[in-house]
Amino acid sequence: MSVDIATVKRVAHLARIAVTEEEAASFQGEINAILGFAEQLNEVDVEGVEPLTSVVAQTMKKREDVVTDGFYADRVVGNAPVSDDDFFVVPKVVE
Amino acid sequence: MSSTTDLTSLTIAEIRDGLTAKAFSATELTKAYLASMEAARDLNAYIIETPEQALAMAAASDEKLAKGEARALEGVPLGIKDLFATEGVHTQAASHILDKFKPNYESTVTANLWNDGAVMLGKLNMDEFAMGSSNETSYYGPVVNPWRKEGSNAPLVPGGSSGGSAAAVAARLCAGATATDTGGSIRQPAAFTGTVGIKPTYGRCSRWGTVAFASSLDQAGPIARTVRDAAILLKSMASVDAKDTTSVDVPVGNYEGAVGQSVKGLRIGIPREYRLDGMSAEIEALWQQGIAWLKEAGAEIVDISLPHTKYALPAYYIVAPAEASSNLARYDGVRYGLRVPGEDIASMYENTRSAGFGREVKRRILIGTYVLSAGYYDAYYVRAQRIRTLIKRDFDLAFAAGVDAVLTPATPSAAFGLEEMALASPVEMYLNDVFTVTVNMAGLPGLAVPAGLDKSKLPLGLQLIGRPFEEETLFRLGQVIEDAAGTFTPSKWW
Repeated sequence: MSVDIATVKRVAHLARIAVTEEEAASFQGEINAILGFAEQLNEVDVEGVEPLTSVVAQTMKKREDVVTDGFYADRVVGNAPVSDDDFFVVPKVVE
Repeated sequence: MSSTTDLTSLTIAEIRDGLTAKAFSATELTKAYLASMEAARDLNAYIIETPEQALAMAAASDEKLAKGEARALEGVPLGIKDLFATEGVHTQAASHILDKFKPNYESTVTANLWNDGAVMLGKLNMDEFAMGSSNETSYYGPVVNPWRKEGSNAPLVPGGSSGGSAAAVAARLCAGATATDTGGSIRQPAAFTGTVGIKPTYGRCSRWGTVAFASSLDQAGPIARTVRDAAILLKSMASVDAKDTTSVDVPVGNYEGAVGQSVKGLRIGIPREYRLDGMSAEIEALWQQGIAWLKEAGAEIVDISLPHTKYALPAYYIVAPAEASSNLARYDGVRYGLRVPGEDIASMYENTRSAGFGREVKRRILIGTYVLSAGYYDAYYVRAQRIRTLIKRDFDLAFAAGVDAVLTPATPSAAFGLEEMALASPVEMYLNDVFTVTVNMAGLPGLAVPAGLDKSKLPLGLQLIGRPFEEETLFRLGQVIEDAAGTFTPSKWW
């Protein structure tokens, strides 16, 4: 399988990364090189093999559903590029 | 200890002895490192230096030492990879998108180190978001390897992604460093710089507060100058942490106690699939030398087969970008870091991510997004995860058959030149990880230990792969190689 320029642009939009025509063209070549490299995975018979989702045979630990931290909104927004009165500020989303 | 340069040549074990014997103070030691860092800025190993914090921590260590209350790493000056959140201190994963980010929390790994008395010298350079094998993708510019080919002034890469960590340890700009490894990012730079690096078993070190790349593969570990020092550091870095749900409830081992223990009777597997077509004669000779050393020390050598080895790298380059595309979705210009305005919120996201991420990171996000997108998820991602099961099964079968550890080369070559791979296809760069990536895919511990020099007098390393949570076995075997091969220090030119 290989990708065309339109697919690269569609994927870049899905990933929310603005790309120029030039960048899209150069990413196309590189992505196709990597997908080509991955072609060899089709040689392997994976019939009946479960996908590996965790390398450790341990049940996911669950914490008690209690508040352990918080009450410092000013620190939470402390690194925001734009904030106002402990809120994150974004461009208008709803008209 | 008369001159300051002497102090930076000490191992962590020697520092511990010297501080206890009051041969020098933690403050003197830290000052010696700060001076060596200042003189080595051309290597670009540190992104930022934190001298005031370092001296305050050293002074606190001196107080503890005076009271006879020294902890495991009291007064030991360390460099911290920029991937670890350090409270109030630059933490950007060497990326522009985390512009000016200073977390108000501390990663579990670094908190463990400070609780044991270690001193922070600064934040170390790395490949952006730990994506790279040469430390050339950093927003802060490449790190230069303190090693050079004999008779040449051409700059070499230190490997990656923990290139700053490895270069700083080799050049004596810190006594040891934290690092992380998703596909080889501790072991490959360790091999390129003549240092010791261990990626512990997945779940051994908490991932809490460490910037995520590929969560099912990422593990923190130390880079140090000796096997013993790596064991000392890992003991402090490792813990069971309720804040990381993949942290495994297994007590931390007595790693230093394992150093120097006999390896008599241990069964060492030599996987035939690691003998690559076109592998250099020097790497083959190094591997044979390693086999001979372990045999002389009483280990039993057995040939083994890990039949799915060749599929590990292509499967990794599906799984890791897929996880990365998901993890890096959080960098959107809203809660932290860079923001580049746009006409509306969607274009603000797109402009921010376009300006904030470097090329290698963008490419991996695009691949990850593609292989997870509708219609391709089963063909790429699920297939790669099935192959991952087979890779892990290969190791499980070898261990079940009585193999205690596996010996392989650490890298297919010695360090290469800065920009030498600039025109190569991404796949060629990825081949650096061919021997290391299987270990991450299977979640196993892997130790890289220097084993010799190539014909250009550049360091080469061997890799030992162990059973889950049996890091002790690797430290035992690693010490045998270190005893036979010696340690390697670059000649100072910087």
